[in-house]
Amino acid sequence: MSQKTVSPKTTSPTTTSPARTGSVVEFAGVVKRFGTHLALSEFALTLHAGELVALLGPSGSGKTTALRVLAGLESTDGGRILINGDDVSGVPTSRRDMGMVFQSYSLFPHLSAGENVEFGLRMRRVPAAERRSRAAEALDLVGLDTHYDRFAHQLSGGQQQRVALARALVTRPRVLLLDEPLSALDAKVRVSLREQIRRIQTELGITTLFVTHDQDEALAVADRVAVMQGGRIEQVGTPEELYTRPATPFIADFVGLSNRLPGLVRHGFAEVHGVTLPLVDPSQPDGPVRVFVRPEDLTLGTIDDQPGTGLPGTVLLSSFLGSLRRTSVRLDVGGTVVLQHDVRLHPTVGESVLVRFSGAPVPVEAHIPVEAQTPS
Amino acid sequence: MSGDIRVAHAPNRLTRGLILGVVGLVFAVPILAMVEFTLRRGLEGGYDLHRWTDLFQGGLTGEYKPVLVALGNSVGLAIGTVAIILLLLVPTMLLVHIRFPQLRRVLEILCILPISIPAIVLVVGLAPVFSVVAQLVGSGVWTLAFAYGITVLPFAYRAIQSNLDGVDVRTLSEAARTLGAGWGSVLLRVLVPNLRRGILAGAFIAVAVVLGEFTIASLLNRVNLQTALVVVSKNDPYTAVILSLIALSVAFLLLLAIGRLGTVRRPRAQTARTPVSAASPTSTPTPTGARP
Repeated sequence: MSQKTVSPKTTSPTTTSPARTGSVVEFAGVVKRFGTHLALSEFALTLHAGELVALLGPSGSGKTTALRVLAGLESTDGGRILINGDDVSGVPTSRRDMGMVFQSYSLFPHLSAGENVEFGLRMRRVPAAERRSRAAEALDLVGLDTHYDRFAHQLSGGQQQRVALARALVTRPRVLLLDEPLSALDAKVRVSLREQIRRIQTELGITTLFVTHDQDEALAVADRVAVMQGGRIEQVGTPEELYTRPATPFIADFVGLSNRLPGLVRHGFAEVHGVTLPLVDPSQPDGPVRVFVRPEDLTLGTIDDQPGTGLPGTVLLSSFLGSLRRTSVRLDVGGTVVLQHDVRLHPTVGESVLVRFSGAPVPVEAHIPVEAQTPS
Repeated sequence: MSGDIRVAHAPNRLTRGLILGVVGLVFAVPILAMVEFTLRRGLEGGYDLHRWTDLFQGGLTGEYKPVLVALGNSVGLAIGTVAIILLLLVPTMLLVHIRFPQLRRVLEILCILPISIPAIVLVVGLAPVFSVVAQLVGSGVWTLAFAYGITVLPFAYRAIQSNLDGVDVRTLSEAARTLGAGWGSVLLRVLVPNLRRGILAGAFIAVAVVLGEFTIASLLNRVNLQTALVVVSKNDPYTAVILSLIALSVAFLLLLAIGRLGTVRRPRAQTARTPVSAASPTSTPTPTGARP
């Protein structure tokens, strides 16, 4: 793509910088209220140039609001939004120079795919010939160059979202905003399209904010994942950090599958049914806690080998998941754990087994056990 | 979304033909009866064209000239009423739909209200209002457009609302705005083209209502087509029927013209529609056929 065209309607000088370098986006203490509901509470997040950050969280956590505030589709009640250092809080959506893909299909039904892609260029008064060639180029980028004349109703859901992506990218915006773009698609298309999005994003080096409630999606495509709850960010980190060293029990619970076991913290270590495990946060004060253990951090042994090195239990259920097997075991000490293991290991229901801990650091949550509490 | 607007299960050929036939018959019989009536020679029986030729050989410029004037009035009123729908109702509905959704019920009730008020009651309320209007802008017949703008509200509202419900107006306008469109462009380039069917239907109905309106014009002592026809029919029922037929054709042509207006700009590649645009002399500025 040539770098020469700059939108004449955009007043900000930062658009002259080529898209390839990417823009820096900063939310600084952004507050947003809907009536009495606080949707964003002192929301702070920085997106580095060319980075893909996923905003992950349950519904109502404020992730879509954060994205809409950045797009200018919602006003802010406080704080600043900076793009390359310029406060854009007061700039109307049409001049923020953002590309956005929506959750619901948003192609203009009265225009063909090509004309949809041309729309943003038309708004920027790009001459017809250049418009057409750039639109064709953008459609080529998403692999739909032969669909220029198709209308939205003649395209599949996945194709519509790809056209929407081309439409968002053709103007070479400063930031790409993806608002759960894959959630309306079926599983297979979703995976292939998210890979395509990631490939294109890396290729163009465009700073991208990707909102999703699907943790697999977030972990798979993002450079960094920001987990949101209650209008603020709980933790920001690489997918690996988030998964292996969750800062809070909420994240341990929300990102990936976790077993919750009763335990006791003593001298910077957690004790679970007599087994001592390292803590993610060794400064955790002593006392009763709930311990979060990943299914892959548990291993399965037969009852005969080395008794005393694990927790004995009985197999409740074992399901084949293709590349791995997931087994539920009821522990003799009480409670049920889920563990993941090699498919070649084939426990039968009712079999007595030994559950061992891999010794990976565990996150914990202070917890006072209550009498007659149901095991989680 | 476009998928939602289209009919999922089209009726088969036979059902379609049957429905069209029955509906066509309902419309055709009275019109044919009117034509037959105007062709009658007199009490002795037989048919000829003398009433038509009489009318066109001087009748319209002499004795029946007021009808022609009245027709002009009605067409002007129709245009004025459609303008009110397009310039006032459509933007208001869009504004409420996009920005103030909590006002939707209020707007709906306001717009549907006129249908529950008999025209005669409406006039009682309108009479003092129109005396003020007359003082302000004169008592020209065009001022009736304000009243007609109210009487056509329920029909126009329904037509536009049903289209509005089928289009994700919010997302489309947000998408357009992120692409750099200001509100004007959002309205004219995105929303109006996608609501064209509802807006046109609303305009059609407005025209039809205005051309057939009698009560309000009569009671406010304004001359429109229907009041003029009533005057004529008292003297000469044959001529009144001929004039009614002409009025019907004018209305028909007008609707056809409006319908044409909507399809000329962009021939749509929709299977559910058979656009008239094939015969359109003006081509679209950007031919969609060419691929770069």
